[in-house]
Amino acid sequence: MASGKSNMAATGEMRTVRGRSRTIFYWIVAIIALIGLADATFLTIAHLTGDDAVCGSAAGCSEVLGSAYATMRGIPTAAFGAVAYFIVFSMAVLGLFGYAGVKKFLIALVTAMFLASLYFLYLQAFVLHAFCPYCLLSAALSFFLAGLLVAVPAAR
Amino acid sequence: MTKSEALTRGVFAFSSIILRSFYFEPVEKGLKFAANAIESRSFMKRFLPFLIIAIVGLLTIGIATAVYKVKMQPAPAGATTGASPASGEMTKPPAAAAEEQKDSQGWHVRGPAKAPLLLEIYGDFQCPSCAVASKAIDQLQAEFKDKIKVVFHEFPLSMHQHAVRAAEAAEAAGLQGKFWEMHDALYDYQPVWSHTTNPGFLFDSYAGSMGLDLARFRADRQSSDIEGKVIEDGNAGLLRGVRNTPTIFINGQHAKGAITKDKLREAIEAALAKQKS
Repeated sequence: MASGKSNMAATGEMRTVRGRSRTIFYWIVAIIALIGLADATFLTIAHLTGDDAVCGSAAGCSEVLGSAYATMRGIPTAAFGAVAYFIVFSMAVLGLFGYAGVKKFLIALVTAMFLASLYFLYLQAFVLHAFCPYCLLSAALSFFLAGLLVAVPAAR
Repeated sequence: MTKSEALTRGVFAFSSIILRSFYFEPVEKGLKFAANAIESRSFMKRFLPFLIIAIVGLLTIGIATAVYKVKMQPAPAGATTGASPASGEMTKPPAAAAEEQKDSQGWHVRGPAKAPLLLEIYGDFQCPSCAVASKAIDQLQAEFKDKIKVVFHEFPLSMHQHAVRAAEAAEAAGLQGKFWEMHDALYDYQPVWSHTTNPGFLFDSYAGSMGLDLARFRADRQSSDIEGKVIEDGNAGLLRGVRNTPTIFINGQHAKGAITKDKLREAIEAALAKQKS
């Protein structure tokens, strides 16, 4: 096996390295998306059941979850986040299995999530004057995804 | 890969021996085809990602609905167990001093009519510190036995989304003689109804558990009479200088900063001492 590898042409080696980094990239995206999915699902349930235990001791956190911005046309805002993270996860899995065309879609979706997170951060900081830790986690995750897409060449 | 290959081959070989012994060739052919399909990489590539996505999606939905159901189910059960020690405390003061629902001015009074000390509280049912103050007052009322009567005035703050509706629910319950029961329930379950989109359902459920006439309660809490009563109470408070909640008056005197149990006890003792001298 070792001899086979050493015989490999330089171009072939390059390709496997690129393939490996792409695999790692999609793995990270999938894991981040799973965490985001769990977080957003949790927030959705918390909102639907009206349980503000999730806030813990964070002051004003229930103001965020109970605010007018916590729903859009009656649907909890967090539910949109859960759907978005689920799609990101699906894309990452398809990317792992070598499906082409996933990247462009992923870039568009993560850009939208990045902008939405910016808007929600703005709402928390300047409109509601209160922060909820789980919402911040979701924002952090989408910022991380956006950063990953920009920074990792395998994504392009 | 080699292990799973060996396994599938083994299973295939085993089943084919059994099937051959029964001369069941069509099934045998089908099995061969399935084994080949599973072994080939294209099958994995085509279906495995979708399988993973479907499993994760179903798991998420399944866990979410399970948690949702669990959270919604014990809400009343958990609330009753959580409330049982609290309601034990709460029933004490009214039992000790025959509870009055309203006095001649139409105020909500709890405690003996001839009690020497009148404690008025301007409260907002969605304000957490009001809930704390209310508990403290209940305990002090039990502590001072027949010396305190408590009057509650509505003062819903606009910063609280459902405060007005909660005040209206309490007043509507008052029309059926259960103001204080609803008052206690609203404070006990404040964390529950405060953050729901439509607390009306919860108010109705509290009313139902108190044995109120539900149709009447629902109509009352949405009536303009009750709406007016709440606004009137709030305006009266504004005229007396109330700006936030809870604001407490002891014998008509604004007890500034007396929100905690110890501060309140001090204020009550001072007022009682003043009356004696």
